[in-house]
Formats: sequence, C-alpha cells, structure tokens
Amino acid sequence: MQWETVIGLEIHAQLATKSKIFSGSSTAYGAAPNTQANTIDLGFPGVLPVLNRSAVSMAIRLGLAIEAEIAPRSVFARKNYFYPDLPKGYQISQFELPVVGKGEVELVMGEDDIRVIGVTRAHLEEDAGKSLHEDFHGKTGVDLNRAGTPLLEIVSEPDMRNAKEAVAYAKKIHQIVRYIGICDGNMQEGSFRMDANISVRPKGQEAFGTRAEIKNINSFRFLERAINFEVERQIDVIEGGGTVVQETRLYDADKNETRTMRAKEEANDYRYFPDPDLLPLIIEEQDIEAERSNLPELPDIKRKRFQSDFGLNRYDAAVLTASRVLGDYYETVVKAANGEAKLAANWVMGELSASLNRQGMDIEQSPLSAEQLGGMLLRISDNTISGKIAKQVFEAMWNGEGDADSVIEKQGLKQITDSGAIESIIDDIMAANPGQLQQYRSGKDKLFGFFVGQVMKATQGKANPRQVNELLKSKLAG
Amino acid sequence: MSLKTSDVEKIAHLAQLSINDEEAEGLLGELSGILGLVAQMEQVDTTGVEPMAHPLHMNQRLRDDVVSETDQRDKLLALAPSSEAGLILVPQVIE
Repeated sequence: MQWETVIGLEIHAQLATKSKIFSGSSTAYGAAPNTQANTIDLGFPGVLPVLNRSAVSMAIRLGLAIEAEIAPRSVFARKNYFYPDLPKGYQISQFELPVVGKGEVELVMGEDDIRVIGVTRAHLEEDAGKSLHEDFHGKTGVDLNRAGTPLLEIVSEPDMRNAKEAVAYAKKIHQIVRYIGICDGNMQEGSFRMDANISVRPKGQEAFGTRAEIKNINSFRFLERAINFEVERQIDVIEGGGTVVQETRLYDADKNETRTMRAKEEANDYRYFPDPDLLPLIIEEQDIEAERSNLPELPDIKRKRFQSDFGLNRYDAAVLTASRVLGDYYETVVKAANGEAKLAANWVMGELSASLNRQGMDIEQSPLSAEQLGGMLLRISDNTISGKIAKQVFEAMWNGEGDADSVIEKQGLKQITDSGAIESIIDDIMAANPGQLQQYRSGKDKLFGFFVGQVMKATQGKANPRQVNELLKSKLAG
Repeated sequence: MSLKTSDVEKIAHLAQLSINDEEAEGLLGELSGILGLVAQMEQVDTTGVEPMAHPLHMNQRLRDDVVSETDQRDKLLALAPSSEAGLILVPQVIE
C-alpha cells in the first residue's frame, strides 16, 4: 500500500516584548527563579490582567507578513486545566475569535518547486511557568518567571506532505518572525517551539487518518526526525492490523523515537469560555496601517528583488535572504565589489558559509566583514588574483591578517600577468621536460594539463590561468 | 438536555472538586435547571445579534510595554506552603 503523510504544525513564538502580556513583570531570560513573577503572574485573588500594547502590535505584524485577515475584534478566553506551573488554573488564550485569521506562506523547495502552505490562524496567549523535576526531596520545583510571557501561537493548515516540507515551513515562519522583529527565534531558550500533528492515509484517500500530536520540539533537525519516526510508526501500526490512537506524544532525541506522553487526564476538555477579566480587543484600520508602514522589507519581497536586481536564480536568492542579516551582508558585499553580484553570491554561499558552518557560527559572528569580502572580490574581478589564490587570501582574512590588499601585498600573491615573464617560465619548463614535450607534439594532448600544472607550480599558482593556457598552446605547438 | 449524575461527577472532577453522592444529586438538579434556562433562551431569535463576549460595552485598554514590577520573591514565596532555592515546591508531578 502507498501511504501519504499529512502534517500540520502549531508554532509557539515567544514575542520579544520587554514586559509580560498581562503584567509589568520583566520577560528577560535567565533571571533567578521567581524573581520576575508578580501577583498577576501568580494568579493572586483580586488582580486584573491588562493587555500589553506591543504584543498586539506584534500580532498585527505577523498578520501583515503572511497576508492574513486581522480581526477587527478578537476575544480572550480561559483554557482551563490544572498543572503546578499554571498557577491560575487556566491559561489566558484566544479560542473562537483569534487576532489573526487565514493567511499563507510560500516555500521555495527548489528552483521550480514552490509550495504554498496555509496558515489557519494565530492567537495571543500567555506562557506557563517551568517545572523542574530534579530532586527536591521527591518534590517538584516550580519557577514562574516564564508565566505570563507573551506567545503567538501560529497554526498551519494540514498542508504538508513530508518532513522536509514541514521543516521548510517551520523555517519560513522562523524567518518571518525574525525579519519582522517579533521573536528572537532562539530555540535553545525556548523562544520558538513546535508541535506537529501527524497522520497517514492510503494514497488517493480524501479523509484524514487519525493523528498523533508530537509536542514541544525545539529544533528543526528533531522536527524532521520526529516526523519520519512517527510516520513509520503509524504505518507499522496500521499494516500490523492495529489502529492509530489519537494522542499526544513526546519525541526523545536520545533514542530517536516518539512515545506516549503520560496522559493528562481529560486533557482535551479545556472548557474554554470568554475571560471576564478582559474586554474584547478592538483593532482599528489605523492601527494596522501604522504597523504596515513600519514593516521592513519582507523575505519574499527581498528574494524577488535579489532575483531581478542581481540576476540570481530563485533558489540562490532564497538562500541569501534566509535572514535579514545575511541579506544585508550579501548586499554590502555586492556594493563593495562594485556590483559583482554573481561572484558575491558564489563566495557568500560557498567559501563563507562553509567556513561559518565549520566553526558553528552564524553570519552575525563572521570574523570577515562584508566590506572585506567585497574588497577581495574586486581583486578577483580586476585580475589582481585568481579565484584559486583568492581562497588563500580568504583564509588569511578569516584569520584576521588584514584586508585583501594587504594580504596580497604581504604574501606576494599578486597574479603574474606579464606575458614575458610567463613565457620565460614556459621556456624553462619545456627545456626541462623534453620527453613530455615530444609526446605532446606527437599527439598526446592530455599532457597539456601536465604543462599547466608545471607552470602553476613554478609560479606558486600566481600565473593568470587564462594567459597560461593561451601562451602554452602557442608555445607547445612549436 | 438533561444531565446524568455521571456528568456532574465528571464536571466536578475537571474542576478538582470533591463532592459526595448527596451533593452530586443536589448539583444535578441545580445544573439541570441552568441548562433548562439556557434551552429557553435558545428559543429567542438572535439573528443579527453579535455574540456577547463581555457584559460591559467597552473595549480592552492597552498598557505600554514597560517593566513596572520589581522583585517580590521573598514576600511571595513566604506565602507558599513550601519553597527552596527560590522555587515553589509542589508534590512531584512526574515520576
């Protein structure tokens, strides 16, 4: 039987506000336990939540970025359940009337492979605290610093058909929230968390299979692995004559498996109702326009501009606009390299990103500035150095040995373009290798490469390759 | 719509309330009465009426995103039955 996978994602993006969604406590990460939890966050009697203006602005920004409907009126609701890290006994969320409605994002999977994924909704809610299960004499420790931190939960349509697409979608949302400055996207600190709803169905069948939800995945790599494991598991269950149970599962990265989460009893009976402590949230057209005028260039628009301004293909343009910082870096390189856009793309996506990857660095941490890289590219385009020597220059710059010009100067890497000089080197080599010369002249064309190699060796790679080729050809011909 | 005693027990369980059989019977009558009232209200034609989310005809006020609270941990933890290392201690929730 051929199976088809159906995936929908719920993404919790922690909003980059200074204070909590309903109180004036700080949201700074890493504070000593419970030092950023006040009476509102702790759910003391008699306190009232007051909504944070920035959290609303950020929700609007997301709505604009995914071309979604922004609700003129939305309502906060109480989601009721009992857990020690939820001191009020309910989470303030949105249910029937979320702030952001239907939208969509576009994924560039390959040069001619575009997928459009629907976003069902996005709603504002508060985060819960943290339970620490290490040993406190058989008790659990609760830190409520995170309680009340604003979240935007972004819910997708079940539009993804494999793990790769799900990862591409998650990365797209990650890209967007960072571009528009509403979330720092820090996955280690839990600022961006993913839940995946996964089911399988026989290919061609319209109705969805029973889904399992994998909670709290905090890396793209784990997301891919968790989905692949879960799909295999469900197919095995069905092919073994069983049925998939609708449940919440956890992904264990160490064992690379998903397993049933200890069922929170009646977990799905949240008894939502409108929160009487909060009035309906009204968003006026002018509020939306104010946010629109403050939006930066969005990733898809930047990508299209890179395609048309720099003559890049769609895929390369998508790679180079993956983050705002990378896009800015690339543009600066192009400028510094006098418009050598393709050369710049090759170096940024090639040598630079390989070096960053090797060191586990992001573009923000690059030891090499965009101006430095652009300056080196200028020397390639004006034939001061060859592409091969450029790698040597790149490495020296990476190691902090200065700008391209000074590295070229100090290490004597300037390309030899003096025809006379190259010719005399060729003469020496021909004289030193009479056997090879004779074989070449009697038809063994392959030996051409040998001579090129000898010239490059003699010049330590500094001879201009094009000139070497031309001069060798005429000289060897005799 | 009529409730059964088992519905009342489930609602009590979800609300983490402990009730005895006698109380369950009493609540069964009260809750059924409320549902009867709701059923009666459902007879009213509400075409064109926006569902009410709050009895006050006002909009949510917003506050500026400013940190205005200071650390009150010592005072607040003093109210918890048990605490250690700045954490509130509760019965273990995961074994």
